[in-house]
Amino acid sequence: MLSALLVMAGVAILLGAVLGFAAIKFRVEGNPLVDKIDAILPQTQCGQCGFPGCKPYATAIAAGEANINLCPPGGEDGIQKLADLLGMEAIPFGGNTQLKPKSVAFIDENTCIGCTLCIQACPVDAIAGAAKQMHTIIAAECTGCELCVAPCPVDCISMLPIEENITNWKWRYPVYPIQAAK
Amino acid sequence: MRTLYKFHGGVHPPTHKAESTHTSIVRAALPSKLVIPLHQHVGNRAKPLVQVGDHVLKGQKIGLPEGRQSSAVHASTSGTITAIDLQLVAHPSGLPDLCITLVPDGKDEWITHQGVDPSQTPHSELRHQLRKAGVVGLGGAVFPSDLKADARHHKITTLVINGAECEPYITCDDMLMRERAADILRGAELMRELLGAKEVLIGIEDNKPEALAAMRQAALDDKHEHMEVIAVPTLYPGGGAKQLIRVLTGIEVAAGVRSTEMGVQCFNVATVYSAWRAIAYGEPLISRIVTVAGNVERAQNYEVLIGTPVNELVALSGSKPDTDRHIMGGPMMGVDLPAATVGVIKATNCIIESSPALFPPSPPTLPCIRCARCAEVCPADLQPQELYWFAKAKDFGKTQEYHLFDCIECGACSYVCPSHIPLVQYYLFAKGEIRVRRQEKQSADKARERHEFRELRIEREKQEKAEKLAAKEKAALDAKKHAAISAQLQAENSAAGTGDSHILEPVQSEAGLTKE
Repeated sequence: MLSALLVMAGVAILLGAVLGFAAIKFRVEGNPLVDKIDAILPQTQCGQCGFPGCKPYATAIAAGEANINLCPPGGEDGIQKLADLLGMEAIPFGGNTQLKPKSVAFIDENTCIGCTLCIQACPVDAIAGAAKQMHTIIAAECTGCELCVAPCPVDCISMLPIEENITNWKWRYPVYPIQAAK
Repeated sequence: MRTLYKFHGGVHPPTHKAESTHTSIVRAALPSKLVIPLHQHVGNRAKPLVQVGDHVLKGQKIGLPEGRQSSAVHASTSGTITAIDLQLVAHPSGLPDLCITLVPDGKDEWITHQGVDPSQTPHSELRHQLRKAGVVGLGGAVFPSDLKADARHHKITTLVINGAECEPYITCDDMLMRERAADILRGAELMRELLGAKEVLIGIEDNKPEALAAMRQAALDDKHEHMEVIAVPTLYPGGGAKQLIRVLTGIEVAAGVRSTEMGVQCFNVATVYSAWRAIAYGEPLISRIVTVAGNVERAQNYEVLIGTPVNELVALSGSKPDTDRHIMGGPMMGVDLPAATVGVIKATNCIIESSPALFPPSPPTLPCIRCARCAEVCPADLQPQELYWFAKAKDFGKTQEYHLFDCIECGACSYVCPSHIPLVQYYLFAKGEIRVRRQEKQSADKARERHEFRELRIEREKQEKAEKLAAKEKAALDAKKHAAISAQLQAENSAAGTGDSHILEPVQSEAGLTKE
């Protein structure tokens, strides 16, 4: 009886030690779920979800403080991916804004006064320019977040939807009528 | 006798090749205008080098290659540039792209051009010549040949020259081999030199006995060593690069691997012919052989200037009035042209005039019955029925697990499908979506990086500012303190003006004492 108790206690202590060691040795810094969610978010940093960027929104989702359907640039597809990751049901888009086609900002260079306000607003440094010099958008880096539109005092920034051309064209989903066999 | 290998699957569609091989290649008449797209190759679009109103000569460069993966574009004849604008091009999207419109002056006057002796020219210079001459893969992939003729990254042992031409109706490579075998073999030898390959295997399907004979004769006449002209069994898609490599060498190119990593490079016969013309004669790629077949009076092969409008080309063959579509390529893999006015491009190997009688509309599509006939014929050894389900359900992760990107879009699966399902269209759709998602992921990662860097920078600037401020404050405080101390000292000094002499006096007296 005593030996059995000792053996069980010994095993428990050993396993406890292993677990304790593993907890220290394989400790994960930060919440890996946040990074996984952040990887799905489109990184426009537009703040349309109500959070000041993609990472804060990801943190809020991971903490269960925000719904997964608030990201307009991510669209339905993004909601589906988040639902898959978190083991939830996909829900329809529920943000305050409209789903829009992807676009890039465009500065009317004749009107720009070089105030640098848009440069300060751009979350990804996609605007080139200096004080009292004309500014321009680096289109390849623009995420289409629209954050530069509001601060412009002369309203010279407009959002242009990305048009389909030969390079970004893709094959459509095949649509054909299914007819009843005679 | 060389042992030949077999690839998985394959189909035997009616070849319809005899119609267009009765007569030799005819030089197509000079068209009223040429519409030359600047993006005819894989890679970046060429940059226009001319302006509207410029007079250009035949062979003059009008599009400059931009970036590493790009190719030059040339004026196909002499004449005047009348427009540089967006026009419909031979592309399945039906979207316009940047084109140069050239109205010929009828003189067909060449620019001064001169070839080089390949044995006396360094390889890098030869590759540069190919790039400058706009030589791209003419088998349909239009990949810049200068990049393929580069053996610096992989050791190439075998060069496969593709003269299989497996698609029905198309005979442009067949006629080229019959009539210009010597130059093809010289081009093959040039490529062999560039790649440092030990052997050249020329694969030609056995339904082209005349081409086989001509190529064998030319190899004998020119005493080409390391070269073998091999008849391969006629089986669609035996002209696919991976399939032909498998048949000739037995090497199965694995999923996601390039044949060059396994020591094999593959060129089409028309590509090596053009490469030879570019190197030995300095002639850029401004024309190619195009088969015109289908619903026409006289199916035939033409040597066509790049940019020739398709309607002017088919008129030469007598396109019949009930033609409703123009197919570029063959009936298996070809695409419908968005309009008859588009110009012939470097990828145009064949124009099939289609009529409802020739290609009746496909019978109604029925549900998949999982008969797996598509899996039996798939030359890439895939499971097309599974890929179809996943692509249809937009489950793109699963399509990739089932190796969607190994699909060569040959259409053998759609050809045998008893339910007439347009299988390849589903694969094209899935491939496009996956590519777009990859790009989006890449740009999102880049945006995250830039955003994080910006945050870091702002934080750093804040910190630097704070440090500067602290330093300033400290300096001010120090200065104040210093000022206070010195003021105090001064005050003390001036208050006790005689104090100093008091202290000094006894020392002096002491010194005086010791001296004394």
